[in-house]
Amino acid sequence: MTELSLQNNVKKKTSGINLRRKPRWGEVIIQALLFFSGFFSIFVTIGIVYELGKEALLFFQMPEVSILESLTTTKWQPHTGNFAIWPLVTSTLLTTVLAMLIAIPLGMSVAVYLSEYANPRVRNILKPILEVLAGIPTIVYGYFALTFMTPLLRDILGKDVVQIYNTASAGLVMGILILPLISSITEDALSAVPRSLREAAYGIGATKLEVALQVVVPAALSGIAAAIIVGISRAIGETMIVAVAAGAGPNFTLNPFVGAETITGHIVRISGGDLSYDSVDYNSIFALGLLLFIVTLTLNIISQAIVRRFREVYE
Amino acid sequence: MKEKAVVQGFADNLDVRSRRGVLWHMFFQASTVVGIVTLIALMLNIMNGAFGYVAYEAKVDPDTLAVDGTPVKNQSKEQLVALLRSTLSSGAFNKLEKDKPFEARSQQEVYQLVIDRIIQPQIVEVWSLWSSLTQRDEIRATIAKDHPGAELDFVSWLNPNFVKRPQTSEPLTAGVRTAILGSLWTILFTILLAFPIGVGAAIYLEEYASDNWLNRVIQTNINNLAGVPSIIYGILGLAIFVRTLEPLTSGAIFGLVDPTTANGRTVLSGGLTLGLLVLPIIIINAQEAIRAVPRSLRNASLAVGATKWQTVWSHVLPTALPGILTGTILAISRAIGETAPLVVVGASTAISFDPSSPFSKFTTLPMQIYQWTSRPQDEFRSLAAAAILVLLVLLLSLNAFAILLRNRFSRRM
Repeated sequence: MTELSLQNNVKKKTSGINLRRKPRWGEVIIQALLFFSGFFSIFVTIGIVYELGKEALLFFQMPEVSILESLTTTKWQPHTGNFAIWPLVTSTLLTTVLAMLIAIPLGMSVAVYLSEYANPRVRNILKPILEVLAGIPTIVYGYFALTFMTPLLRDILGKDVVQIYNTASAGLVMGILILPLISSITEDALSAVPRSLREAAYGIGATKLEVALQVVVPAALSGIAAAIIVGISRAIGETMIVAVAAGAGPNFTLNPFVGAETITGHIVRISGGDLSYDSVDYNSIFALGLLLFIVTLTLNIISQAIVRRFREVYE
Repeated sequence: MKEKAVVQGFADNLDVRSRRGVLWHMFFQASTVVGIVTLIALMLNIMNGAFGYVAYEAKVDPDTLAVDGTPVKNQSKEQLVALLRSTLSSGAFNKLEKDKPFEARSQQEVYQLVIDRIIQPQIVEVWSLWSSLTQRDEIRATIAKDHPGAELDFVSWLNPNFVKRPQTSEPLTAGVRTAILGSLWTILFTILLAFPIGVGAAIYLEEYASDNWLNRVIQTNINNLAGVPSIIYGILGLAIFVRTLEPLTSGAIFGLVDPTTANGRTVLSGGLTLGLLVLPIIIINAQEAIRAVPRSLRNASLAVGATKWQTVWSHVLPTALPGILTGTILAISRAIGETAPLVVVGASTAISFDPSSPFSKFTTLPMQIYQWTSRPQDEFRSLAAAAILVLLVLLLSLNAFAILLRNRFSRRM
């Protein structure tokens, strides 16, 4: 009898407590807000693709623009109806190649030096210096290119060879800008190579250089390739250095010592004035922006794919 | 016998190999030195532009303004005000009085007005710091020969007045106050947009998101956005904030149409554009900070019956906060230095009044540097150098603050 009443008692008590999960509306709302924040970046991408695509489409639908012509002729002069993309592309390639000629060898050597040679004390001094170099606004590099690199080139090569505005000084300074980017990604890749690999190489009598160049660098190759591709993408999209130092006006040339406008430089110059909506100029910056976006996005995706696919995994 | 030959061969080669090692070591070291030398050259180059001799000719010779042998500089405020009243048109004088009553101005300020409005120095030539130091006598000789009436002064283009004055078209009296205020206003809206959404996205991705395709797409998308060139964000801002959302960004829907605003090219548009630009950087940095919070902390909180959000809000976020703030400050300093998107969005350059609301036209420090650098005259290059120094000091103090935060953070963990 007492047992039964006890059981009843327990039943009575627990029946008051609902052990099912309570819906907490506050939590649900917060979670929805957080999801919205996460999803916001998708809106940004959609916005970029939609706006660039829409206006670029309008550009190509304009009577004076034809895609075929813009790929086969060599003049970009919106006011006379010439829209050949090549002058802008060649100068973009020119500055990018020059920048990479500086940034790849220097950036990789700096990375090898920091990760394989430098002792911790030196590294603790050098790394912040490189970070400072990476943190300087690009407009400051533009000033540097125009007031230091250009006069330097003109003193060395002669004032009749090098114009006041030229792609060479812009490219060289851009190389310095990209150096810390390449060196830091490469250094991360190099230091991810396990110690045991280095010790095995030392064990069979390799010198420090042979360990660095024949063991560590090949093992980190995927990271290095990714660094280079990210560097190229950065160089193509770099704007203020070329806007300040590379000169105004598209110029179909491969001579690095004369002025020529890059894609980004052109966008900046065109939009710097008062731009009226739906004009040819207005739509053309969207078409150029779309080209820029596609190229840099492709490069970034390739670099991520390289890292994912070719990463050497060590136990 | 054979073994000895192998050892012999090894030893033969050894000299060459170690010599090669030394050479390459030197090459690696030299590359690093190149980076440091460039940084030093960059700084010296800016210093070189920011100080130096300036030769200028006055429209009115200050000596003729002396009263009873007292040069203008040492005259009392009342004398200077009287001088202004007699020289300027009454309209111009009343306007000055309206801007700020003469009674409230100090002698220094009134003297500055006399220089700006009456003496009106015009620059003849500008020298860099290097040539000012090395060719002093030659400079004096040329000026004495070519411009006998000109005054030669050693000028620091970066001076307290430079920071306090608004922009003007006269290099000697131009300042960066307008640009600094423009930068601060812009950054305010950048933070208001990017910080809450960035941290929210990081919390979602690290704490809530399960490993499904949608969340993987979001993560990949954020990584890709971080690599999009900044000028693309400028074009996006032009299309969305300046054009499509013009009623909002120009203040029209609030009935706040500022007669000086040019359509949607306002502080608000610029700030939001930069907000989109730094959003992926803030998300990635905040994710790293949240990931560094130990698992045990979350488990302990959940074990005593806290809900997911209670755990995140009172345990994960406070622990990750210094890291999140450090990452945000670094992203903000990137935004402060950005120029390209603002050129496209349409920050104006020739603005002499301070921004007063989110719907004001504006210019920023890097925009001002860009505009001055693009002008061919040397005096504007010098102004650009001085403005660069202001910008670098601003960025340096932000970064120092970030490092302080980081150090406090690492000590506590």
